[in-house]
Order: sequence, then C-alpha cells, then structure tokens
Amino acid sequence: MDVDAFSPGAATIGGALIGSATALTLLLNGKIAGISGVVGRILRPAPGDVLWRVWFLAGLVAGGALTFALLPASRAALDFSHAGVGVMAGAGLLVGLGTRLGGGCTSGHGVCGISRGSTGGVAATCTFMAVAALVVFARGKLGA
Amino acid sequence: MKQAAHFVSGLLFAAGLVISGMANPKKVIAFLDVTGGRWDPSLAFVMVGAIGSFALLNQLIHRRARPVLEGELPGRRSDTGVSPRLLAGAALFGLGWGASGVCPGPALADVSTLRPEVFAYLAAMVVGMVIAQRGLGVDAPKGHQEPEADATPAA
Repeated sequence: MDVDAFSPGAATIGGALIGSATALTLLLNGKIAGISGVVGRILRPAPGDVLWRVWFLAGLVAGGALTFALLPASRAALDFSHAGVGVMAGAGLLVGLGTRLGGGCTSGHGVCGISRGSTGGVAATCTFMAVAALVVFARGKLGA
Repeated sequence: MKQAAHFVSGLLFAAGLVISGMANPKKVIAFLDVTGGRWDPSLAFVMVGAIGSFALLNQLIHRRARPVLEGELPGRRSDTGVSPRLLAGAALFGLGWGASGVCPGPALADVSTLRPEVFAYLAAMVVGMVIAQRGLGVDAPKGHQEPEADATPAA
C-alpha cells in the first residue's frame, strides 16, 4: 500500500460534497444527477428537461476551475501521464457507449444507485470496478 | 432562471471531485491498482462520504411532498434491476475508466485545465453516447415511443 498518498480524510469530505450536491438536485427538481445521465439526456432531450442540466454542467466546469484556483496543490498534482490523447479518446468512446447502455456511471450507479438500494446499481458498480481494476492489472503485467 | 440553482449543485459536485482526488487520473489508477504494490485505497472513502451523505439527505428530502422548484420526487428506493444490457454497459464503462482513470464527472471538472487529453475524452464520450442512443435506441425521452421499442402497446 502507498501510505504517503493515502488521504482518507480529504476523500471522505470530497465524497460528502458529491453526495450533498446530488441531494441538492434531488431537492430542487426531483432528478437523480448521475453525470453521464445529465450529459446523455441533453443529447437526446425531453421537452423542459434541458436547462437545469446545462446549469448543472456549467457549475461542474466552473467548480473545477474555482477549486483548482483555491487549492493550487490539487491542480499541481494532476497527472495524466499514463494515457495519451489516443488512449483518452478510445476510453471516452467506451465510457460514452457503456454509460448510456448501462444507464449510469460512477455517480449514477455508484453513489445514487447504491444509496437508494438499487440492485442494478450495486451490480453495475461491482462490474465496472472489477473490469477497471483488471485493465490496470493487465497494463501493469504487459508494461503497456 | 430558477434553474440556475443547479449551478450551485454543479459547483459543489466539482469541489468534491477535486478535493477527494477523483479529478486526478493518477489517483484513480492508484486506487484501481490493487495488486501493484503501491495501492492507494483513498478513493474508497469517496464512496463512504458520498453514499453516507446522499442516503441520509435522500431520507430527509422525502419528508417533503414535492421538490422545491418543480417535478416529482422519485421513489425513496430505486428498483433498477440487473439486466444483460446493464452489465454489458458497466463492463464497457469499466474498460474506459480503467484505461484512462477518468469518469464523466472528473472529465468535466478538469475542463478548465485545457488539457488536450480531457477534450479528446469528452468529444469521444459524446460520440459514444450518441452511438448508443441513435444506434442502440437507449435513452428515449419518456412518453416517446421508439419504433423498435419492445414496450407493450397501450391496451
């Protein structure tokens, strides 16, 4: 284990912010704010169901900028070195396909689904965690 | 303009992603690298904080009859079941997440870094979503019947 990098406190606080943000959207308009769903249903919109998504995503982009500005160390720590533009594009394609096919990502299935006792959310989270860990394991073995 | 309140929700969400470390692909890969000898289990605590807070607030919010702005509250519990489509989708998502260390929320929270990796990921993600929606018929807006949908016709 990497003891130096271990940061359970920051992770828990950040997680609580994520859960609270999702709850705020639920409180405002009864929607479950899984990120892939927020984006996906802009691409295939239902009438009257677009504007809140645009505001939410604008907040997500602005919130990243603001937090990086307030916490320069978190910005300096960013490291994309394990995936170049090509790998990132391929990964993005799989993520787009998979999240719409499976009906959610880390937030929709992992946070909202599990919190709401969803069998599908638990199964999806176990599946994507296991597959993602296998990908990292395989890349480690292959040195890729 | 009342929908602008969701901007605050997005702000909080992104702050959580950055503070927790989820917005850093290296941290995500270190979390997924269980057998690599340098495992960093920190991000498991993101789930603890997020599920704990959302589960609690979900109960409190359901004391209300309806949401503050508009719409209806969904069920307190979700009845999403397991299907082959859900598992296949989750597996594809896992492939992409494991290869990149990036899931959709962090990609958006990282937009301000203006890194080409982030834009490549997001552009391809939108293409993947459109392929799933147009090619495979998922995400049809409610009340809209897909020609190929297997929904039972109204009696």
